[in-house]
Amino acid sequence: MLEAKQITYIYGQGTPFEKTALDGADFSVSAGEFAGVIGHTGSGKSTLIQHLNGLLKPHGGKVLLEGRDIWEKGGKMRDVRFLVGLVFQYPEYQLFEETVEKDVAFGPKAMGLSEAEISERVREAMEFVGLDAGIKEKSPFDLSGGQKRRAAIAGVIAMRPKVLVLDEPTAGLDPSGRQEILSHISEYRKQTGAAVVLVTHSMEDIARTVDSLTVLSRSKTVLRGTLDEVFQCRETLTKIGLDVPTVTRVLLRLRSLGMDVDARAYTPEAAIGAIRAVGQC
Amino acid sequence: MLKDITLGQYFPGSSIIHRMDPRIKLILLFCFITALLMANHALTYAGVLLFLALAVAVSRIKPKALFKGMRPMLFIVIFTAVLNIFYTPGEPLVSFWVFNIAAEGIERAVFMALRLTMLISATFMLTYTTSPIFLSDALARLMSPLAKLKIPVHEFAMMMTIALRFIPTIIEETDKIMSAQKARGADFETGNLFRRAKALIPLLVPLFVGAFRRADDLAVAMECRCYHGGEGRTRMKQLHMTAEDAAVLTGGLLLLSGLTVLGRLGWFIP
Repeated sequence: MLEAKQITYIYGQGTPFEKTALDGADFSVSAGEFAGVIGHTGSGKSTLIQHLNGLLKPHGGKVLLEGRDIWEKGGKMRDVRFLVGLVFQYPEYQLFEETVEKDVAFGPKAMGLSEAEISERVREAMEFVGLDAGIKEKSPFDLSGGQKRRAAIAGVIAMRPKVLVLDEPTAGLDPSGRQEILSHISEYRKQTGAAVVLVTHSMEDIARTVDSLTVLSRSKTVLRGTLDEVFQCRETLTKIGLDVPTVTRVLLRLRSLGMDVDARAYTPEAAIGAIRAVGQC
Repeated sequence: MLKDITLGQYFPGSSIIHRMDPRIKLILLFCFITALLMANHALTYAGVLLFLALAVAVSRIKPKALFKGMRPMLFIVIFTAVLNIFYTPGEPLVSFWVFNIAAEGIERAVFMALRLTMLISATFMLTYTTSPIFLSDALARLMSPLAKLKIPVHEFAMMMTIALRFIPTIIEETDKIMSAQKARGADFETGNLFRRAKALIPLLVPLFVGAFRRADDLAVAMECRCYHGGEGRTRMKQLHMTAEDAAVLTGGLLLLSGLTVLGRLGWFIP
């Protein structure tokens, strides 16, 4: 569906402040997949995803959307942006309209849709992120922090992108707020069949939601695969300063203490199941 | 596009000019501008140009960077030159319709363009080689006698420091918001003037909201550190004049005042 091959990007090329943000990084997501990207601050995550919808032009490498290079001549970049919806970090700072409804409608309007289609999409998008239809006449600046964030995410969902990319959508939220946003996103994916890319530095968020995982470290892709495959390489993960989720660490410790528990559980619920299974035999 | 803005930018370095006491740089810039504005003969112009070229060479700032910073001002320079070509009275060399071009006009235009270019480059030399903090510190120190006249020098300097400090931050934020709105299909590059102006709303509203939020946060943070203005405040980094500084100051002042006098008495030169 969407593939980034050997992306290299250098900020401030030709100035004394030159900095390589990506050095041959790879990433791909197939249709309907829930993909995760994880890495430390400064590992190049945010730079990588800005390549996925053509906001940044790679200095080396290619971005393929449904097999076509998005930088190919004659292609329309705006169409790429409607297909690959990108939600930035702290998206609530991009709200600008007088009402929530108008703000969410900004994307669909730019697509040139009819009034009826736009209001249908706004209604649908607000429902997906769990915003009460009653607040659509409110000013976005009067909402609570969590509501603002969800309104901003709705603004991207309203374009019905085939791939929804979210950069740290849970940053700065409390655990219940995090949980809520993640479950809305999962729900959106299930209902529309869109692929979702979740960028985060939280192993717990990743473990709870994604199918496949790309690990970035120091401008390079170091690991790619399913959750099981990536978490098998615990040594590589710890070497770059990440680790398997906390519950998995508990299970691994239990194993090393001689308890025959299945350590391939990455969420608290699955871990409880794994421990119960031991007790029953 | 935004990355091309070099206004107030500082390029760290270790040349004599970078290390020089910023007060001296300010004084020399002031004298340079005086000498430049007094110059009215090819020879004095050459002298001023030589001084500037020497400063650029010593600072190891690439001339390319200077020209890049000048690009936004190019229009003003050309505009002034063209006005001077047409509006200087004299024996017309070429004339068509209501326009007359005189040799004096061309001469004036060249000198005016040169003067503006040098003025801008010299100012850029100051900001390129001096960190904003030092610059406003130096300004505050040079203006401190004005405090006796009840002019809030420290407050002005603080305002300037804050403004300079936040230029890169605001540019970065503008970039971010632009990207976010572009991701939602915003188009900043095509359409007529009216459409383009309208396209700026999704950029300007969040930018203003963000700037006020930032100002609020900064005010609270300053309050928390018991900031209360200039009285009794000391500095962590004191400015010190070194022997090197004094030498450069003396040399520069002699050269520039010589040029200024020569410029004033320019008619002595045959």
